[in-house]
Amino acid sequence: METDLATNSLETMLADAQKAISAAENQHALDQVRVEFLGKKGLFTQQMKKLSKLPIGQRPAAGQLINQAKSQFQNLLESRKQLLSQQELEQRLAAETIDVTLPSRCYTRGGLHPVTHTLRRIQSILGSAGFKVETGPEIEDDFHNFEALNIPDHHPARAMHDTFYFDQHTLLRTHTSPVQVRVMQNQKPPLRVIAPGRVFRCDSDLTHSPMFHQVEGFMVDDDVSFADLKGLLYDFLRAFFERDVDVRFRPSYFPFTEPSAEVDIECVICNGDGCRVCSHTGWLEVLGCGMIHPHVFESVNIDSDEFTGFAFGMGVERLAMLRYGINDLRLFFENDLRFLSQFN
Amino acid sequence: MQFSEAWLREWVNPPVDSQQLAHQLTMAGLEVDSIEPAALQFTSVVIGEVVDCQPHPDADRLTVCQVSVGEEKQLQIVCGANNVKAGIRVPTAIEGAELPDNFKIKATILRGIQSAGMLCAATELGLGDQSDGLMILPADAPVGEDIRDYLQLEDTIFEVDLTPNRADCLSIRGIAREVALLNQSHYQSQETPAISIAAEKQHLIQVDEPASCPLYLGRVIENVKPFAVTPLWMQERLRRSGLRSLGAVIDVTNYVLLELGQPLHAFDLDKISGTIHVRFAAKGEKLLLLNDQEIEMSDTTLVIADDEKALALAGIMGGSQSAVSDNTIDLLLECAFFSPKVIMGKARNYGLHTDSSHRFERGVDPELQTHAIEYATQLIISIAGGRPGPIVDVKSEQDLPSGNTILLRRKRLSQVLGQELEDQRVTDILNGLGMSCSIKESGWEVRPPSFRFDVAIEADLVEEIARIHGYDQLPKRQIKMPVELSEYSETAVTLDRLKDILVDRDYQEAITFSFGDSDLLQQFEPELSGLVLKNPISSELSTMRTSLWPGLIQALQYNLNRQQERVRLFESGLKFIRENEELLQNYVLAGAITGTIQPLSWTTENRTVDFFDIKADIEAIFGAGRHKIQFTTGKHPALHPGQTAFVRLDDGAKVGVLGMLHPELEKQLGFDRNVFVFEINLVDTLKRNVPHFEVLSRFPAVRRDLSITVKNNVLADDLVNAILKFEGSLIKNVTIFDVYHGKGVESGYKSVALALILQDKMKTLTDVEIDAIVSGVLVFLEEKFDARLRD
Repeated sequence: METDLATNSLETMLADAQKAISAAENQHALDQVRVEFLGKKGLFTQQMKKLSKLPIGQRPAAGQLINQAKSQFQNLLESRKQLLSQQELEQRLAAETIDVTLPSRCYTRGGLHPVTHTLRRIQSILGSAGFKVETGPEIEDDFHNFEALNIPDHHPARAMHDTFYFDQHTLLRTHTSPVQVRVMQNQKPPLRVIAPGRVFRCDSDLTHSPMFHQVEGFMVDDDVSFADLKGLLYDFLRAFFERDVDVRFRPSYFPFTEPSAEVDIECVICNGDGCRVCSHTGWLEVLGCGMIHPHVFESVNIDSDEFTGFAFGMGVERLAMLRYGINDLRLFFENDLRFLSQFN
Repeated sequence: MQFSEAWLREWVNPPVDSQQLAHQLTMAGLEVDSIEPAALQFTSVVIGEVVDCQPHPDADRLTVCQVSVGEEKQLQIVCGANNVKAGIRVPTAIEGAELPDNFKIKATILRGIQSAGMLCAATELGLGDQSDGLMILPADAPVGEDIRDYLQLEDTIFEVDLTPNRADCLSIRGIAREVALLNQSHYQSQETPAISIAAEKQHLIQVDEPASCPLYLGRVIENVKPFAVTPLWMQERLRRSGLRSLGAVIDVTNYVLLELGQPLHAFDLDKISGTIHVRFAAKGEKLLLLNDQEIEMSDTTLVIADDEKALALAGIMGGSQSAVSDNTIDLLLECAFFSPKVIMGKARNYGLHTDSSHRFERGVDPELQTHAIEYATQLIISIAGGRPGPIVDVKSEQDLPSGNTILLRRKRLSQVLGQELEDQRVTDILNGLGMSCSIKESGWEVRPPSFRFDVAIEADLVEEIARIHGYDQLPKRQIKMPVELSEYSETAVTLDRLKDILVDRDYQEAITFSFGDSDLLQQFEPELSGLVLKNPISSELSTMRTSLWPGLIQALQYNLNRQQERVRLFESGLKFIRENEELLQNYVLAGAITGTIQPLSWTTENRTVDFFDIKADIEAIFGAGRHKIQFTTGKHPALHPGQTAFVRLDDGAKVGVLGMLHPELEKQLGFDRNVFVFEINLVDTLKRNVPHFEVLSRFPAVRRDLSITVKNNVLADDLVNAILKFEGSLIKNVTIFDVYHGKGVESGYKSVALALILQDKMKTLTDVEIDAIVSGVLVFLEEKFDARLRD
């Protein structure tokens, strides 16, 4: 019977198709199977064409059979396809697996000098209290470095500054205080200024460098007192060291301030118990300060009856050494990468 | 200043221990640097008398001594000192004694002779720094007494770091005054001794410069005992103050200086010809000083002279010719007040610094001289005998500091301190300081005592009150915060930003000295002569830098020598250039790099850095300020002539230079690799352009690539700029994406591939329009650069 024949050949075809599908190892082979069976000249298409040769009454049943077989085929095809793409994905993932512990492409970063780190901290802490940064020349004249700061020629206080000279009147600034003079000459109070920079002393040994950094700070207004100075520096030092360190003010002498004070903090190395760093005193001297001397105001034409002010100066390397536990001043200017990179 | 605590406590003895005393002084502004025991620790050293002394039978240098150590106890001690003899009394370490440095004394046998101890030299007890054999004690030293008790060695030496304003504390008397005030204790002031005049002789004194020497006291003391020995207690006090014993008369003058703060000088009267003159030196006049240094004086130097010659540098140091010696019989004692102005800086000018100049240039109490000369006379007579004559007193009252009256305003005091003090408290402090004061409506009228010559203005009084009241007693106050908005300028780039850019690009910040070796600086900037320091630390640090490169290169070498392979450094700072008569202090940012572009890595090809790497860094820096910059071919003596560029701003101004170090220089500096450097002017770089919005085109951009060949010497920038200039309205951008030499390109030529981006604001460009533009560009390039389209 034709119909039986058809049924037989359909079953054989489906069995062949199943074999072919299973044998397809990749999407391309599978697609060829699809074309072989479903393409324009495919086997299923040929079967459909044969329908027309059947008597009309048999056609629907035969058609249904063909369609059933076709649909079975398509299901087989689809599941094989999914399996293959799953396998392909897995292969790809396996192939693309890397050792994530290998070092990165390492675009390395450099770093700032610890002096710059320290300066930035000082500037941002004091900046939040309205202090603006000003700078001045490093080669200074006698007037700005000494005279205007109430240190006349031959004054014994000059012996405290081992000065580098170019000639009688030209020198390397021994402190950043000349910036105070320059700013007060050119700007009117109220003033809140910090002046960071390099300073120079003709002295070189284990604990002295011929060049180092200072930050000078000063404030001039109509009602600035020693109490303000104490309050500001107290807060500053606690902010800088991020600790509730003890702070003490000790009378001292600077020609450009009066009253003058040296400021000690409780030793941050031994917490005041006494150690080599604080010479077993429990205290570390970190700052010099005082109320701006009337003679200084006079030399820049500011009326000291109308205005008062305070000034302070600190050594940046010293603060950096205490903050980071650096034990040798000379390291700052050797520029050894093994030292510098510790602050990156 | 260094002094003995026991000596101080003779003047004032408050119920505080050494540590508390040190703390008090420090907190009053007299910073105590150290407190040390007056003698090293040792035990069982007693005063012994050498009763018999025989040569050692078996050793030439040794002596066998019988030493009495009290209570009829006698020890046999073998001694090696050559000044040992019978009858002397010396410190004797007995069996079981422990000397400094853990030196233990045991009974022993020396060359067959029993020895039960050791006779000591001063150095062996830590009491001196040079040894003249045994330490011979006075003949009345009590035999058997412990030497520590005898010499009162249980004492402490204070070292006080005095500030230049507190010259009044440069003496036991001055420190004692301060201690008495801080403790409210009684201070034992000295009575001026009454000296009975025993001789007639007066020496003539003529002060030619009364303004410089308002007071000069002279006294002849006749017939002092030659070789008089300074008593041990005085020697000990001098030692504890850091001075050595130099003979009785000199020791007395030093002792009075230490105790009272008044320098004195003694001349050998026999060496003086005629009248004493106080005058300025003649220019070039010579004087041989006590320290054997011969100086040539300037005419602003005050000298003490006789009729023939200069005898001493006034207030600084005596001359060797007129100095007292152990043989001096008659002497002239000088006690003067010199004006600080005339002494200031003089000692330094001659490379000197003496206890006398230290005091006179800071100032001494102008009312102290009579007391001091009487006291010194008394001490000299008691030690060396002699007959004092009357004091010759040459005084110019009008030139002596008179002290002034200072008004201390109550309002000012509280304004400066930030606290109102009670009137009574202020008055008490002032009185305690020895100031006489009267209360006025506005405050106090104050007259400082003669010894507080440093107190001259109101601010000085404010400080004194704050100091004695206690800085720790004064309040803290928070400063008023500013109410203005802080300026935040968009037209400036901060240096911090530029540093961060370089750090992100793998540079490490360096800080090198602002001065360097002039030869090295010359190698980098042969046309600039650096400013030279008069007093450099060393020749390597003698010349102000004319470039930041030498410092960076040295830092680079330092690291290469320490096994670093990649070094990338930058620094910012001033360089110093003389231009005509003007000194320029230019703020620059500089860098130096060498090594591979990345650290050793498994990932990529790792080539060494080249010009275009450092060029990218420069572009990043200027990018922060939105600067349009150009690189032009440049020349610099330190750089490779074919790899040097200047950085120019839009207006053509040169703001930087970059390139590879000249191979010759690399060779001289010992580099085995290429080094690239840059230096840019910071002033211009720190400006920033504010962005200006431009309308966006709604029409698509089109890219057309051109590949042309041009001669090798045609510059890329010239090509790009020419195209943009030629057709800048529609060609938005030109990018060079390939440069090729070699096969297929004629020698002397290069192939350059350009990507042109075309865009119109008003419409979409058609192919016809684009082709026309590109053809136009080609024709233009052919005309201008002899460019050929590459097949």
